[in-house]
Amino acid sequence: MELLKEREEQIHRTGEQPFTLSCNKDSLAGAVSQRACVFCGSRVVLYPIADALHLVHGPIGCAVYTWDIRGALSSGPELHRLSFSTDLQEIDVIFGGEKKLRSALLELIERHSPKAAFVYSTCIVGIIGDDMEAVCRQVEKETGIPVIPVKSEGFMGNKRAGYTAACNAMARLIGTGETTGISPYSINILGDFNLAGEIWLIREYFERMGVEVVANITGDGRVADIQRAHGAALNVVQCSGSTMDLARMMEDEYGVPSIRVSYFGVEDMAQALYDVANHFNDPEMLERTRQLVKEELQELLPKLEFYKKALKGKKAAIYVGGSFKAFSLVKAFRLLGMVVVMVGSQTGTEQEYQELAEITDPGTIIVDDTNPLELTSFLEEKEVDIFVGGVKERPIAYKLGVGFCDHNHERKEMLAGFVGMLNFAEEVYSSVMSPVWRFTCQKEKGREKMCSIAVANPKE
Amino acid sequence: MSKNPPNYISTTNACKLCTPLGAALAFKGIEGAVPYLHGSQGCATYMRRYIISHFNEPIDIASSSLSEKHAVYGGGANLKLGLMNVTQKYRPQLIGIATTCLTETIGDDVKLFLREYEKEVEGEKPIMVQVSTPSYNGTHMEGFHNAVASVVAALAGKEGDEDTSGGVNILPGFVSPADIRYLREITDDFSLQATILPDISDTMDGPAAKTYEKIQPGGTPLSSIASMGNGMGSIEFGHTMSDDSGGVLLARKFGVENVRIAMPMGISASDRFFDHLTRLSGSPIPEKYRGERGRLVDSYVDGHKYIYGKKAIVYGEEDLVVGLTAFLAEIGVMPILCASGGKSGKLAEMIRQATDDLLPEQPQVHEGMDFYDISELAESLGPDLLVGHSKGYPLAQKLSIPLIRVGFPIHDRMGGQRILHLGYRGAQQLFDLVVNACIAKKQGDSSIGYSYM
Repeated sequence: MELLKEREEQIHRTGEQPFTLSCNKDSLAGAVSQRACVFCGSRVVLYPIADALHLVHGPIGCAVYTWDIRGALSSGPELHRLSFSTDLQEIDVIFGGEKKLRSALLELIERHSPKAAFVYSTCIVGIIGDDMEAVCRQVEKETGIPVIPVKSEGFMGNKRAGYTAACNAMARLIGTGETTGISPYSINILGDFNLAGEIWLIREYFERMGVEVVANITGDGRVADIQRAHGAALNVVQCSGSTMDLARMMEDEYGVPSIRVSYFGVEDMAQALYDVANHFNDPEMLERTRQLVKEELQELLPKLEFYKKALKGKKAAIYVGGSFKAFSLVKAFRLLGMVVVMVGSQTGTEQEYQELAEITDPGTIIVDDTNPLELTSFLEEKEVDIFVGGVKERPIAYKLGVGFCDHNHERKEMLAGFVGMLNFAEEVYSSVMSPVWRFTCQKEKGREKMCSIAVANPKE
Repeated sequence: MSKNPPNYISTTNACKLCTPLGAALAFKGIEGAVPYLHGSQGCATYMRRYIISHFNEPIDIASSSLSEKHAVYGGGANLKLGLMNVTQKYRPQLIGIATTCLTETIGDDVKLFLREYEKEVEGEKPIMVQVSTPSYNGTHMEGFHNAVASVVAALAGKEGDEDTSGGVNILPGFVSPADIRYLREITDDFSLQATILPDISDTMDGPAAKTYEKIQPGGTPLSSIASMGNGMGSIEFGHTMSDDSGGVLLARKFGVENVRIAMPMGISASDRFFDHLTRLSGSPIPEKYRGERGRLVDSYVDGHKYIYGKKAIVYGEEDLVVGLTAFLAEIGVMPILCASGGKSGKLAEMIRQATDDLLPEQPQVHEGMDFYDISELAESLGPDLLVGHSKGYPLAQKLSIPLIRVGFPIHDRMGGQRILHLGYRGAQQLFDLVVNACIAKKQGDSSIGYSYM
């Protein structure tokens, strides 16, 4: 396929040339990027904080398209699942939206008694020049809860800029809570969003190891926990793209060190637990961790055998939001005996892509900020059996007669942890092995002409 | 009971979508078209995700992907670059350009940019149709209707190959691919040449294909649009859109008679639609549809006792709400609250006109509603049924009552694109759904395990 010239340097083929890949730049106009915007980055990171009010300041679209989309579960309050907007109208755009914002905040805080409020700015708020800082300060004074502006105007960069805005917003909470009584063996979990209840599973592993979790950032998150997060001994950071900035700030400000982990796949999951145990350098904890991993693997590995046999040699393509997940997926597919032929992300960094190039087989396509037509050509060229991505990638796979596994916000199955690996194998298996593919136009033999269908045309 | 709607400053769980989404969907129903949003990247991606979750179909919406410097200095350069890239990659016949709140607020003059583009860029260019869709003004339905009107304003004419002159124009508004396929079948059976604008029946509900179509085949043919001015009449569904709709423009510009009718939902409204087709075609209603109508009446009789007096809350786009309310009223269900996020100012009157002779008391009708408002009213109204799209599910769950899924979006079931709402056949499907939901509720609430209901 002929590529748009500006896109050429965002695609690399492992082993075919020295590694270079251009990334972390604005999406190309007209290329139909799969990315969203700054607002999206902020919204997905902060949204799981369940006892905070999340008010989107702007016209209705931004709020309504992000209403309860992420499947981030809460064990208590569920304020995060509601979609709040100032729903700006023309008159607000002309005369400014500050007054409406203030009234909306007061109304909603009175109604829901949240522990804090996040106010997201959208594109036009940046243009009409509403002083969100001032409004938030005022309302904070009046209501006595933290009211935090999130600078997330959609056009102010790409999704990564939104991650930073979210981290800046959380940084305002951290350091304001009481830290007495926190165990020296304590951590914050950063970058897990409790999709399908995953953070509960991870917390349980840490508890079995004897580690106290101070704050979930942000899955099943609570404002009060985040306020005392600086009292934890270690930040354990998953999804490094979204919350690494916060970990850095906490290291600078409060001296909390951090490690990067992933909870996807057997290797990375076990490594995450060992890394935490090693950090605390406590022989008993290390022993408990070994025991935990052993028990979990004894349970898991025999069950995986069935899927490994069935899936051996099948070809997989990966396109996800953050490249950390891509690493784990590459390893997870390896464990299943499958071959990864394409891997890409919306927001990876050059270093991450370089590392991906190092661990993937020659010929693997590595791609940054791609689009439907490129994805199509890659899937066809590589004759992929399963594509892992999000909702926007799903119809691309299906139209090409390729299996699909949703590894994005909207999934309802737990894919993290040891049990997550089994669920992942099961999901991949149930798509690849389905009998329906025999009827799709790519695979059907002998009835090819059934695949050419005239569309409704009144001129026939 | 107070008939005043709740009046809050904030919006919670909106019952509407933003203007450009409607425009993008309307453009998707034009042959060879790629929808294009002049704004920042997020808008296009969010809308694609939202639309894909309903249709389970690809929808490529391009974007100018504006960044900070464009917001300051204007988005013209990126608009042109984007149009060039879309042209090169998709080879569209038409690019439908909708603005967003960002580009409307910074004051980008898209018309001027397009004139410049026409001059500056050499080679063959697709047709450009642009519509102004600031999301702080109206809902997705204004975006939809305005995009249709823009297409008519830009492309409709009296060009005519003979076989399309004297045809009928149908402007159905935002209905499902199944609805459009049915409309086509009906007009074919009347031997009427029909131009249905827009037509998402193939583009948003395509068959399995050999490859990923850059632009899905189907949509209203450009040549048909070009001869809409020759039509012997237009039928436009809905009463709540502005006076500058596609049908009105065709009447104004080319003298094509425009009839606005309520969405043909239920027997009475469908009868009016078929009457117009009879009048325009000069042919009686084909046997097939008399059969459909007859079976529908028969089933109304068979099922009436399961549903009589059940109280329903209806929500969604205004014209859809009018259609559904009329249908529910004629089968004996009592609409008690009709709510929409739209604000045409016409909703209550249209519902009164459609149901006056059927309902002993008019339902509460409120515009500018969100699901917080609906939920608050529902507490005291005690409905037996919700009728609307998937976003009412949390309320249905809270009240432990059935949700009859219609319209857009259907995000929690398969086949949203195949729901049939219109005509006798659509009424049949809706009727069976409503009756069966009531039966299932009764059966499920009983511990006896009835296998006859």
